[in-house]
Amino acid sequence: MNTEKFSYDNTIVKNFAYATMFWGLVGMLVGLIAALQMVFPELSFNLPYTTFGRLRPVHTNAVIFAFVGNGIFMGAYYSLQRLVKARMYSDVLSKIHFWGWQLIIVLAAVTLLLGYTTSKEYAELEWPIDILITLIWVVFGWNMFGTILNRRVQHLYVAVWFYIATFITVAVLHIVNSIEIPVTFMKSYSWYAGVQDALVQWWYGHNAVAFFLTTPYLGLMYYFIPKAANRPVYSYKLSIIHFWALIFLYIWAGPHHLLYTALPDWAQTLGTVFSIMLLAPSWGGMINGLLTLRGAWDKVREDVVLKFMVVAVTAYGMSTFEGPFMSLKNVNAISHFTDWTIAHAHVGALGWNGFLTFGMLYFLLPKMFNVQLYSKKLANFHFWIGTLGILFYAIPLYWAGFTQSTMWKEFTADGYLRYPIFLETVTQIIPMYAMRALGGALYLVGAIVMTYNLIKTVKLGSFVSNEDTEAAPLNKHEKEHAGEHWHRWIEKKPVQFGILSLIVILIGGLVEMVPTFLVKSNIPTISSVQPYTPLELQGRDIYIREGCNTCHSQMIRPFRSETERYGEYSKAGEFVYDHPFLWGSKRNGPDLHRIGGKYPDSWHYNHMDDPTSMSPGSLMPAYPWLLDDDLDTSDTGAKIRAMMKMGVPYPAGFDQVANVHLSNQSKQIQMNLSKEGIETDANKEIIAMIAYLQRLGIDIKGQNKVDFTTK
Amino acid sequence: MKFRNYLESITGIEIYPLISLLLFTIFFALLCLYLWKKDKTWVTKMKNIPLEQ
Repeated sequence: MNTEKFSYDNTIVKNFAYATMFWGLVGMLVGLIAALQMVFPELSFNLPYTTFGRLRPVHTNAVIFAFVGNGIFMGAYYSLQRLVKARMYSDVLSKIHFWGWQLIIVLAAVTLLLGYTTSKEYAELEWPIDILITLIWVVFGWNMFGTILNRRVQHLYVAVWFYIATFITVAVLHIVNSIEIPVTFMKSYSWYAGVQDALVQWWYGHNAVAFFLTTPYLGLMYYFIPKAANRPVYSYKLSIIHFWALIFLYIWAGPHHLLYTALPDWAQTLGTVFSIMLLAPSWGGMINGLLTLRGAWDKVREDVVLKFMVVAVTAYGMSTFEGPFMSLKNVNAISHFTDWTIAHAHVGALGWNGFLTFGMLYFLLPKMFNVQLYSKKLANFHFWIGTLGILFYAIPLYWAGFTQSTMWKEFTADGYLRYPIFLETVTQIIPMYAMRALGGALYLVGAIVMTYNLIKTVKLGSFVSNEDTEAAPLNKHEKEHAGEHWHRWIEKKPVQFGILSLIVILIGGLVEMVPTFLVKSNIPTISSVQPYTPLELQGRDIYIREGCNTCHSQMIRPFRSETERYGEYSKAGEFVYDHPFLWGSKRNGPDLHRIGGKYPDSWHYNHMDDPTSMSPGSLMPAYPWLLDDDLDTSDTGAKIRAMMKMGVPYPAGFDQVANVHLSNQSKQIQMNLSKEGIETDANKEIIAMIAYLQRLGIDIKGQNKVDFTTK
Repeated sequence: MKFRNYLESITGIEIYPLISLLLFTIFFALLCLYLWKKDKTWVTKMKNIPLEQ
């Protein structure tokens, strides 16, 4: 049979490998700083750029899209070429993909630190960057499908299915969740409001975990574990069931992030049911990965690559066991808004994604440089310090989450909250935060040691940039066998396969979202709920810029412990003008939904200047620049117009007089402050912030009557 | 306004999750049936793809 000579492109794999290591260190370092700020608040340095509210999104974006993202591309570019026996479709597309992705990462880091954010978790980047992401993602897909269509094997191995599903689903998620209306060059408002925005965001957020942190890594697992162990996957049939069940079920589970919120009950229940069902395919996959090593466990003792991969798959099993249980309402009532969630996420991130990435790096770099690993000893050291790091990270946070949650819920015999001051429940768990930071530091040390080890390895070897190989061409006109099964047909046709995957994930998305979108037309809004005034809107945007929602929820759940502490529970109708929603997902500080009217204006003024002046021992960063900086009102009209376009009922022409309205309200707050002994100009950012905070949650009390007349 | 009841105002709401569950069950059953009937040579061929190079 004729064979064709060709070569695999290793340069692109090497580039992504270096980027993975570099961004991994950056992302983990930022995470460590943020973790230390929870113990030493002075590490905020009183600077806008280094507050927790801005660092946390930098950390999450860096580890998800920079570290794991580059890791996905590294592993996928290596394995795809070999699984389909073809060089990447275009070296130019590979390069555009690589440099485009790095550019996105740099832009993300810079803009997030500068306070440009949409506030939507893991989708914080503003609209110009969203468009760039879309373009680069298309380049990736184009390159991948081109390669698959040029293949020299007939059937697509299951790993390739995972890559295809990843490409398609991430594209859908990104586009749907990023529908926003640009106001200025770097400012936009989410098209969705309140409950709908929350549902779309967590449909996205949950599936970012599913289709960015899980499915591509499962594809990598199905390639690299058999490769490293030199034996085929335990059950190929199980891998197929794993694939279809996983992508079908995952897409439904998003609402489990919104249990006990104002989201319709049926959607919450649907999320829970599908989350529980997810346990089966997840564990099927984990068992399939681990059993691939049956009869080869002795290799695990010797081979550091396998060690990392075994722990990775085990961590996958643990977090996918825990996830469904956290989706039960009774468990979620305890775990939600606490550090339990953070611990859960990090078992997945540090264990599953981190360790599988490390395993791939230790496998790929020596192989591509045609050399042995520089030091097995250092790699083993990395393995153990990394494992210890995970334990030191997760265990204290589980403890912290459980402790804090039970403190929130504890009542005295007389029926009062035992810990009415929120801060008490935070200071209680600071030692746990210190231990968590230690765990993170250990993990980072391991990653630094790995980087050193791999740099040494690379220096010893010589890089094979084009790996020569040969294979028989695929006869494209090969006759279909009579009676061939549909599935066999599908797996030979990548495009049809992609379409089927798309249909499967869209079913879940549509069924979940369509009814919720109808809700708006079905529910009468609360008549006393009014749009934000221009000043409040500006204040809200400062709240978003500073990432206040990173630590403060605006969602009081219908528990007695919460209504006692915060006030009336939150209703769906209260958020109809919230573009975007700001419910939050973690309470490092108290909920703010009913903060309006709770304290005088001067309290907020002093608290923003120095939180410890009002609550001694507070971990909150100080925001002194809000007191000094002038409020930018040049975009007020544009903001009002954008809101009107999305159906917020300001009277016609209100955008023209919005700044007059704004300045009147500012003067009122200035006077209030003056009465309380604080002299300040009316045009400072703090005035807008106070206006927004004092507005929160008061509408349903019927105390808020805003005059929106245009004269 | 009672917010907890607003779902009831969507007509036929209960059919949505039912359809979805049914779709999944049918798809899953067909998939299992197909895999169950699958011949062994195909399985061996597929699972060895990563080990070929």
